Amino acid sequence: MTGIPELYWLPPVRDWRASLCEVADAAQDGIWNAAVALANSRLDFVQTNALDAVVRRSLDGTAPGDAVARPVRLAILGSSTFAHLHAGIRVAGLRRGMPVATYENDFGQYWQELHDPASALYRFAPTAVLFAFDARHVTAAIGTAVTAADAAARLENLCSWVVACWRRARDAFRCPILQQTVLPVSPAVLGGNEHVLPGSRARFIDLVNARLRKLAASEAVDILPLDAWSAQAGLARWHDPALWHRSKQEVVPTAGPMYGDLVGRWLAACQGRSAKCLVLDLDNTIWGGAVGEEGVEGIVLGQGSPLGEGFLAVQDYARELARRGVILAVCSKNDEANAFDAFDRHPEMILRRADIACFAANWSDKPSNIRAIAEALNIGLDALVFVDDDPFERALVRRELPMVAVPEAPDEPALVPCCLADAGYFESLAVTDEDRTRTGQYAGNREREALRVASGDIASYLRSLDMELRWRRFDALGLPRIVQLINKTNQFNLTARRYSEAEVRAVIADPGAFGIQLRLLDCFGDNGVIAIVIGRMQNADDLYIDTWLMSCRVLGRQVEQATLALVADQARRLGARRLIGEYRAAPRNGMVRNHYATLGFAAPAPDGATVGLSLRTLDLADFATPDTFIRLISEQPGSPT
Amino acid sequence: MTEAEVYAALGDIFRDVFLRDDLVLRPELTAADIEGWDSFKQIEIVMAAEERLAVKFTTRELDRLQSVGDLAALLCAKSR
Repeated sequence: MTGIPELYWLPPVRDWRASLCEVADAAQDGIWNAAVALANSRLDFVQTNALDAVVRRSLDGTAPGDAVARPVRLAILGSSTFAHLHAGIRVAGLRRGMPVATYENDFGQYWQELHDPASALYRFAPTAVLFAFDARHVTAAIGTAVTAADAAARLENLCSWVVACWRRARDAFRCPILQQTVLPVSPAVLGGNEHVLPGSRARFIDLVNARLRKLAASEAVDILPLDAWSAQAGLARWHDPALWHRSKQEVVPTAGPMYGDLVGRWLAACQGRSAKCLVLDLDNTIWGGAVGEEGVEGIVLGQGSPLGEGFLAVQDYARELARRGVILAVCSKNDEANAFDAFDRHPEMILRRADIACFAANWSDKPSNIRAIAEALNIGLDALVFVDDDPFERALVRRELPMVAVPEAPDEPALVPCCLADAGYFESLAVTDEDRTRTGQYAGNREREALRVASGDIASYLRSLDMELRWRRFDALGLPRIVQLINKTNQFNLTARRYSEAEVRAVIADPGAFGIQLRLLDCFGDNGVIAIVIGRMQNADDLYIDTWLMSCRVLGRQVEQATLALVADQARRLGARRLIGEYRAAPRNGMVRNHYATLGFAAPAPDGATVGLSLRTLDLADFATPDTFIRLISEQPGSPT
Repeated sequence: MTEAEVYAALGDIFRDVFLRDDLVLRPELTAADIEGWDSFKQIEIVMAAEERLAVKFTTRELDRLQSVGDLAALLCAKSR
């Protein structure tokens, strides 16, 4: 965590300079979209300013034709310097596909400009107004010498002044108004009991902020709660007294991206462009572990476990959002029955199936599922926020569906609610009765048809992952993990045979058999050992695949095809002419029923050796190594490939 | 940090602040030598350096800065 309020939910920018050049060098009709993409990564204030400058220079005042949101003209009316904050606001607009032009009054002249129809403010013709009064301005007439009666009178005067500003702006511009609360920058002079000192500036600011909230509600003005944000991140991250004396910047430039985003999310909310639906992954997102592997009893959720309580907090926050009108959906790689089982049977589940408006638990790729969710709910893809613990899935969704918001969800589940709140995806100006009952409206539809999901083409994504499948024979070092996987993998497990450590050692010692452990690496890192295969010569010609299991996390990444190439090679080395694969039905392994058929194994010829409905064979003479985006690398000691 | 590391970090900052890839920092450069180097850009440069190099300047230190060389020397001393 750095010392500044950064937009930590956005993914880090991969190659800043090259990305900026891409925007600068884009053709006129490509600038906007390239800039939107870059604005959706985690930029610091210097980068934010640079992106803003490049966009302004490149577009040169022409309105981008491909912006998804209506253009906004925002006037900032305040008492301190804002020149350093415009870029953050415009880039926050960019992040939301919204062209934003900004204006700020001449230093200290907001009242005069508001009351002068010939002023630059009126020529600017704002479509939104932000009032931002700095703490020194607000407390100018306050000090410990002031009596309680005078302090109260000055509070009334100030509030009347502010309301007069709002009304004047509304009459003049007929537009939404945002009032910034006052940053609590005044140091205490009494101490912990500051609130009993009538002339205290710190106390006065607290009173002003409380009154502003109340008045804003009755005047239909919205609040930019800088006091609350500074309480959360620390005042020092928002304000530097030395800088105030140098430049009259009340908000420090480093906070510019965050300040801008707070304004940007309000501008988007004014256009009804806030997100409407939270799409949740299940395994390791709203509970710990994989329900398909560990069963309902095995998932980590609930009181008594720190991690399990963290996942409860995620569910609780999701339900809180739902109760004020955010739609909930599920997008998970799971058998639907297993996922439902957790919702229906786990005693600690906070979320119920009735809370979920659209439930996509299947093995199709997530972008296709998310598209189907948006269609089923009849909302735009840019109204979705997708939370998933797996960086592979996050990057895939961002790449295929850049309009879907995909936060860099913290590994720590307890922090996920803060992340969603800090990102402000669901910023709403009010809550209506309809919002409160939205869940119920969808609950009536829950006997819906299963989502029809067509798988998308993700080849280019797979290519970009730079995947390496590293394999080695079973060895003493890998033994614990091998035994663990053999005994706990339930879903992608063709035969569901369980072996003890001694039995696995016997495989190592058997010259007519091989056991292979496979590890998958990609641009996100090392996924660890994710697949195990045991092959055994059955007679002079046939290699029987005794065990083939894989972690479901790496489904849909061509690992099966690459593994088959390896198995074929290993079988040939043992003199085999044919592979024999078997699917043995077990309680949770329905998903691999057609595994061998999909890989091109044939139903057996009735030659007696392979009688049995679930056996399939692959003739090695005809087998050509399938093309994949995976490099197969041997980690076998003394092996060249 | 070494002087070379400080100049490398400052170079990145100046290139982003002034959007000039051709900028080569020399110790004797002053605000008069680079177009657009006003008091706001000065604050941006200083705050970026503070943030990226994890240091904090005082008002006295900032008031003494005259050139890129002054800034680099201060950063070298502060990040030691």
